[in-house]
Amino acid sequence: MLVYTAKRIVLAILVALTISMLVFSLLYLSGDPATALAGESATDADIEKLRRDYGFDRPVWVQYLSWLGNAARGEFGTSLYFRLPVSELILERLPTTMTLGVSAMSFAVLLSIPLGVLAAMYPNSLIDRSALFLAVVGQAMPSFWFALMLIVLFAFTWPVLPASGSDSWAHFVLPTVVLGYYATPAFMRLTRTGMLDVLSSDYIRTARAKGLRPASVLFKHALRNAIIPVVSLAAVQFGFMLGGSVIIETVFALHGAGFLAWESISRSDFPTVQAILLLFSLLYIVLTFVADLLNAWLDPRIRVG
Amino acid sequence: MSVVSSGLPSAQEIVGPTPGQRLRRRIFGHRGIVLGGVILGIIVLMAVLAPLLAPYDPYEQILTARIKPPVWYPGGTWEHVLGTDQVGRDYLSRLIYGAQISLMIGLFAAVLSGIIGTAMGVAAGYFGGRVDLVVTFLITCRLSLPVILVSLAVVAVIGGSLEVVILVLGLLLWDRYAVVMRASTLQVRSLDFVAAAQTTGCSTWHILVSEILPNVMNQLIVVATLEFAHAVLLEAALSFLGLGVQPPLPSWGLMIAEGRNYILFDAWLIAIPGLALFTLLLAVNLLGDGVRDVTAPENRG
Repeated sequence: MLVYTAKRIVLAILVALTISMLVFSLLYLSGDPATALAGESATDADIEKLRRDYGFDRPVWVQYLSWLGNAARGEFGTSLYFRLPVSELILERLPTTMTLGVSAMSFAVLLSIPLGVLAAMYPNSLIDRSALFLAVVGQAMPSFWFALMLIVLFAFTWPVLPASGSDSWAHFVLPTVVLGYYATPAFMRLTRTGMLDVLSSDYIRTARAKGLRPASVLFKHALRNAIIPVVSLAAVQFGFMLGGSVIIETVFALHGAGFLAWESISRSDFPTVQAILLLFSLLYIVLTFVADLLNAWLDPRIRVG
Repeated sequence: MSVVSSGLPSAQEIVGPTPGQRLRRRIFGHRGIVLGGVILGIIVLMAVLAPLLAPYDPYEQILTARIKPPVWYPGGTWEHVLGTDQVGRDYLSRLIYGAQISLMIGLFAAVLSGIIGTAMGVAAGYFGGRVDLVVTFLITCRLSLPVILVSLAVVAVIGGSLEVVILVLGLLLWDRYAVVMRASTLQVRSLDFVAAAQTTGCSTWHILVSEILPNVMNQLIVVATLEFAHAVLLEAALSFLGLGVQPPLPSWGLMIAEGRNYILFDAWLIAIPGLALFTLLLAVNLLGDGVRDVTAPENRG
């Protein structure tokens, strides 16, 4: 387990460094960052001043290392739009995104795991077919469109929930449903397949033959094993949700980090964009790292192999 | 298949379905494939025959006929079956031409990312060792980057257009191809016919192209359908956020974005293109799920 953990840590650090290089090079995608930042009405003198102020006249690797050094200390420079430290901006917005992420994840898990278990217990029944239908529809539903349709239904036609903003818990209901439903099909399919596999295995037959209570067989013996792959998926899905939050927060004008990302992208506020991109990627790396360790701990075959 | 040992009826007497017939029977007996295939076929026809089908020029603005409702709403006329948009363009014509954009993005992005991902995955699975390490590392890095955020940022820097969106999505969506092709190649590599090809002195290129690739084709097709749908969805989202295909092109995502200001009174402006998007994605997903069911029934889930 120790060797496995060490290996995983090295891999996570290497991935994080590679990602940081990619995120940094985003600035150079346009060619000259000083020209891009200065905007179209800038004179040559403005551009030259900007180049010196931001240190774009230094060699690229020096710029990267100083950016990385600052990032490691949590300093991402000053937002070009808000004229405030980027870290301050993000810290202010992050709780909203995390609230949305956690509530959407809970929604997805609470909806999909019971449905997946029921679908596996009664294959080809009405409940199995409904669950499959829900998954197929969920996969084909563009989340931003689903969000707009829910706004039409629950904010205008039948006004029970607010359409946009982030002031109260009610503002989180629709975004949670949209983002949660987006993750539901994957969870449900995995739970169903896992349960189907486990339920047909020998040890479940033995447990049943021993005369254990069906509930005990189902929850203590079957679900516990079927749920292992769901743990990894949860980490991956949470990462996808962070990406999805960019769209959902923009539709609902929820003032989280995802909305900030979209605003900053449309304003060419590079320091903020880079910081959010790096942060979301790092969160994903940490989550998958934790999920891998958890899996290795639950399933010895992984850490040996 | 029907060749049996002596003592049983000879091969000629047993008239069973050939493997090809059996496959065809399974394909046409699969509800998902048939339904998905028919819907996708209609959408493809719509895109190809757009100049013939569309009743109006999708770019022609008639400012005196703005936001006419569809025919089933009060005030709707058969003149504009799906109504007109905020600058008086015929909505049905824009919807029909919009199919071209979605299909083009899906197809080109899925092919481009398919080439990248398949090359990486097959190389990793076949050669193993250091190649495998590098490819696995690249996949891990790619997965750590949120696609939507990266493509938004990149499109914002270099400017949105149909070509840019195809290129950006094509260069980002190879991860699932690489993962699946690597795993499938690993399985096929250890089979006897690959060893036979190796011992008879076939070149590595020949083995990869003629022995490995045909045997991982089923999985490749399944991933291709998934990534096709993924690319269509992402293009719509990018265009919806204003950083994808640019106006006046009739992208469905863009149409939803343009209709957003009228959400309060004319929600059909959003509902119609969204429904078209949903139908296309549903068809492609049904087809993909169906192909997986038919080619590998054990992986059903």
